[in-house]
Amino acid sequence: MVLMDAPLVLGIETSCDETGIGIVRGRQLLSNTIASSMDEHARYGGVVPEVAARAHLEALQPSIDAALAEAGVTLADLDAVAVTSGPGLAGALMVGVGAAKGLAVALDKPLYAVNHLVGHIAADILDADAAELEYPTVALLVSGGHTSLLLVRDLTSDVELLGETMDDAAGEAFDKVARLLKLPYPGGPEIDRAAADGDPTAIRFPRGLSRASDMAAHRYDFSFSGLKTAVARWVEQHEAAGQPVPVSDVAASFREAVVDVLVTKALDACARFEVPRLLLGGGVIANKRLRDVALERAAAAGVAVRIPPLRLCTDNGAMIAALAAELISSGRRPSTLAFGADSTLPVTEIQVDEDPDAVAPMLPSGSAP
Amino acid sequence: MIIGIDTSLGTAVAAIARDGEILAEEQSSNPLGHAEVIGDLLRRATTAAPAPTHVAIGMGPGPFTGLRVGIATARVYALGRGVPLVAVPSHDGVALGVLLADALTGTETGRFAVVTDARRREFAYSVYDGLDDDGLPVRVTEAALSPRDDLDARLEEHGARRHDATSVSAAMIALAAARALDADRTLAGPEPLYLRSPDVVAAHAPKRVS
Ligand SMILES: [Zn+2]
Repeated sequence: MVLMDAPLVLGIETSCDETGIGIVRGRQLLSNTIASSMDEHARYGGVVPEVAARAHLEALQPSIDAALAEAGVTLADLDAVAVTSGPGLAGALMVGVGAAKGLAVALDKPLYAVNHLVGHIAADILDADAAELEYPTVALLVSGGHTSLLLVRDLTSDVELLGETMDDAAGEAFDKVARLLKLPYPGGPEIDRAAADGDPTAIRFPRGLSRASDMAAHRYDFSFSGLKTAVARWVEQHEAAGQPVPVSDVAASFREAVVDVLVTKALDACARFEVPRLLLGGGVIANKRLRDVALERAAAAGVAVRIPPLRLCTDNGAMIAALAAELISSGRRPSTLAFGADSTLPVTEIQVDEDPDAVAPMLPSGSAP
Repeated sequence: MIIGIDTSLGTAVAAIARDGEILAEEQSSNPLGHAEVIGDLLRRATTAAPAPTHVAIGMGPGPFTGLRVGIATARVYALGRGVPLVAVPSHDGVALGVLLADALTGTETGRFAVVTDARRREFAYSVYDGLDDDGLPVRVTEAALSPRDDLDARLEEHGARRHDATSVSAAMIALAAARALDADRTLAGPEPLYLRSPDVVAAHAPKRVS
């Protein structure tokens, strides 16, 4: 692909607590601006939707200005606008949807409403140093908001949900267990720090939905609330007996249980669908133990692991712009202006509300898909 | 030309000439669905006003989720057009409409309160008394919340007649902005008129499980 001919797209992401504005030219990353309201949620021990939505509204304009400056482009240069329609927090998503519509109407540019989870996969194609993404691939997406296992046959047309969490997301489990251990929010890095000199085999915590009897209905689904309760019970029993709680061992054993179940199910999917490729995404991929165990066990299973750059693994607007650029390059028409925020948007809806009456943006010659 | 947007009750978008002539008025009375309808309403209104000089935005009070859709749209639309944003309390738009309608019919309006539903068994209200020399409603009290059962007693204290509003005219938001611009005045700050803190409690100790 000739890069200068690829579509210049600005992506807006507001599904959780990060206001992400990204600009790409096709598969080339030009800017990735992220404003996070994480600090405002710390004293509540988790993301508060109303706090997140208020922060998005205030962060939008400065983030767009910063992204344009970083990319060295103007709004008039854009070929299209992209936005996350879902899944995510409804009130937070709506801020981005309103902003994207305002921008598309102001500039009279095509608007693409896309799926957040598929966006996490699209983050991978922005990695300039990586080889081309091969299909099919299994994708494991882990964050504070979601834990999903996907089978990706094509980024723009064929993504299947294999399984997802039935209760807490993995990142949420880290936050909740951190609180049990009186560690601050966000829990992921704190658990990691505590686990550094702990013994991951000290306590055998349960692996959710991993029994033989779970395999029929929930082979690729996850559950972390039972694990959280098991940790709580273990800690309470120690305290009741007047024994000191070995925080390092508890943290390491808890983290091991999460990592084990994530990697085991992902590699099980690779084996069952005979797909020797696993893509990791989402903010919890920043957890080094998860990456290490995934790489080690995947290598043993003959599965190649891809991990996008970590700054593209957390929620961001660049992945949303990248997905829209791929949709444009594959000839897809823009969305209508009538879509809304869909907090439970299924992963099969890669683009929302494609307009049958619209024309696909014309790409300059030489950039045909 | 001024584009007016308000999503504090339904979703309303209008375009007016600087002298107040209404060029387009688009609205949806659906109390939900702001995000779904705002794009089409804005596109239709701006077709009638292709070269806006300002964007006027109703800052509430109103249910937060819907209110924010309009403010997000207005802010980023203004950014996209490279024109300034003018913030207007949504109740000012309602009051201006009431006062202009009464002036047309020669009715004496007197002191009155614009009242809107704030959910959670509360009303939001602002008290007004006539138009000033700039043609803007005189705001006697800033927007505030009142328990539903207390409202009438409070309005009596102010000597204000009650005017319940179920919609806000985006054209009146734009007209209030036009008059504020003519008089070089600011009607509202840049923050939405939430009137409530986020409804959260600080993290408590984890519940015991055994
Ligand atoms: Zn995410």
